[in-house]
Amino acid sequence: MLHHTLMTIANTADALSVTGLRKSYDGNEVLAGIDFSVPPGTCFGLLGPNGAGKTTTLRCCLGLTAPDAGTISLGGHAVPADAGVARERVGVVPQFDNLDPDFTVSENLMVYGRYFAIKDDEIRARIPGLLDFAGLKGKEKARIQTLSGGMKRRLTLARALVNDPDIVFLDEPTTGLDPQARHLIWDRLKHLTAHGKTLILTTHFMDEAERLCDRLIILDHGHRVTEGHPRELIAEHIEPQVVEVFGEDVASWARSRNSLGERLEIAGETAFFYCRDAAPLLAALAGEASLRYLHRAASLEDVFIKLTGRELRD
Amino acid sequence: MNKQASASRYACPRPGMRWLPVWQRNFLVWRKLAIPSVLGNLADPLIYMLGLGYGLGGLLPQVSGVSYVSFLAAGTVVASTMNAATFEALYSAFSRMHMQKTWDAILNTPLSLDHVMTGELVWAASKSMLSGLAILGIIALLGLTHSLLALWVIPVIFLTGITFSALGLIVCALAPSYDFFMYYFTLFITPTMLVSGVFFPTDQLPSVVHGIANWLPLSHAVQLARPLVFGEMPQNAIAHVAVLLGVATVAFYIATVLTRRRLLK
Repeated sequence: MLHHTLMTIANTADALSVTGLRKSYDGNEVLAGIDFSVPPGTCFGLLGPNGAGKTTTLRCCLGLTAPDAGTISLGGHAVPADAGVARERVGVVPQFDNLDPDFTVSENLMVYGRYFAIKDDEIRARIPGLLDFAGLKGKEKARIQTLSGGMKRRLTLARALVNDPDIVFLDEPTTGLDPQARHLIWDRLKHLTAHGKTLILTTHFMDEAERLCDRLIILDHGHRVTEGHPRELIAEHIEPQVVEVFGEDVASWARSRNSLGERLEIAGETAFFYCRDAAPLLAALAGEASLRYLHRAASLEDVFIKLTGRELRD
Repeated sequence: MNKQASASRYACPRPGMRWLPVWQRNFLVWRKLAIPSVLGNLADPLIYMLGLGYGLGGLLPQVSGVSYVSFLAAGTVVASTMNAATFEALYSAFSRMHMQKTWDAILNTPLSLDHVMTGELVWAASKSMLSGLAILGIIALLGLTHSLLALWVIPVIFLTGITFSALGLIVCALAPSYDFFMYYFTLFITPTMLVSGVFFPTDQLPSVVHGIANWLPLSHAVQLARPLVFGEMPQNAIAHVAVLLGVATVAFYIATVLTRRRLLK
């Protein structure tokens, strides 16, 4: 009983808490009972291959899709029942840009701010700060068509902040951006968590998740496969060192040297050796002129591949 | 779908007043593109009305006791309102819903789909009102009306706009692409124009067609607007208003449910 009460208190303090979330479409189970919670001021990652249930989870959390079962509390409000109220304190960066093409940069922010019932004067006062934050200073009167992909993405981020939200949902915020633009977005997102905002992020870039997330879950086929801090997950699931060996006949070469690593995976013309100590393998490779190799630390991508498999998803 | 989800899909729309920013957004876009939009909404029906009215009208004796151009003008008021409302609720609303994903962006804010639908309904009706009012203004300028009773055409125009906006939003909710709208225009809007008494009195028609015409909302709008333009109180005015209101209400409910099914899966 006491335990139950404590759980309830913990849940209401979370920025987002989800329990037993289920959703099926035409008998296809997309979410098979998902649980997670996000403490305020942290960045939470929602990872998984295409079709794992990430988008459905986000839509449920925002109250856009009614779950078949489960409870969601967003900013202390029950969703979907009070989703409208909950969204007053939420910002969303959707996967595909849906800026208003007929408006200028500042008109986009003005029109969006009105949906939150913010007074025009107040929005006007916020616009310079938002554009400054998004690196779009001086672009107030620019038309949307004249912006680069990275600028559109940053404007979408600025738009998501127009109501000064406590919680920001980001659905693949850096997909399609060049490395410079990605680094700028990462920097801005770190700035947001440093200022107490809660971020909920989906991404296919494991380096992005590793860099930004305080905690993440990996979903597959509607189930939670694992959850934890990126470093903990790597330590828990993967040998600390990885040697990738490339070359035409790498498969037979690698199989005959299986014992040089704790685990061996072969994909096409690459062999992945997962090792505690890579020295003997590196010594063996030194004598092989026809093979190239990369010796690196284990990463979140290794965890992701190990847990969700190498097969292509549609 | 569980019980709770299905209940919320079929619930009555709860518009509140938060639809206003949606209307305001569309108004702001319209203000930027006003000139081509006014041309399409105003010049087109005007050319038809004057061309047919004076050209064809020159060949005709009086129709229902008035000159043909007067007869046609009174029908054109509501017919052009219907066309403008339909265009807005089909092509423009579909662009915002499906192509630009404007509605998706709005649904991420505190606004609900009910607010979006209400904003779009009132917006399409407002825009169609401009068409109807412009034609009414031309009628006054040409001296085709002399009665202050003609001012009552203004609420008739608004009601006609609301009714055809609501019907249009149903088609928008069902459309897989822009091509789909051709069916609605060819199979519903064009026949409606021809049999609802815009171009000629409906008693000219075979009784079966006449009977069908009585079920079409535009014929009720025509039966309200034409007498008012000529300074007479319409017969069965309350019944005509009730039909238009009834169609508008049911159509808007269906459009809302269908759009929920489409967007809130």
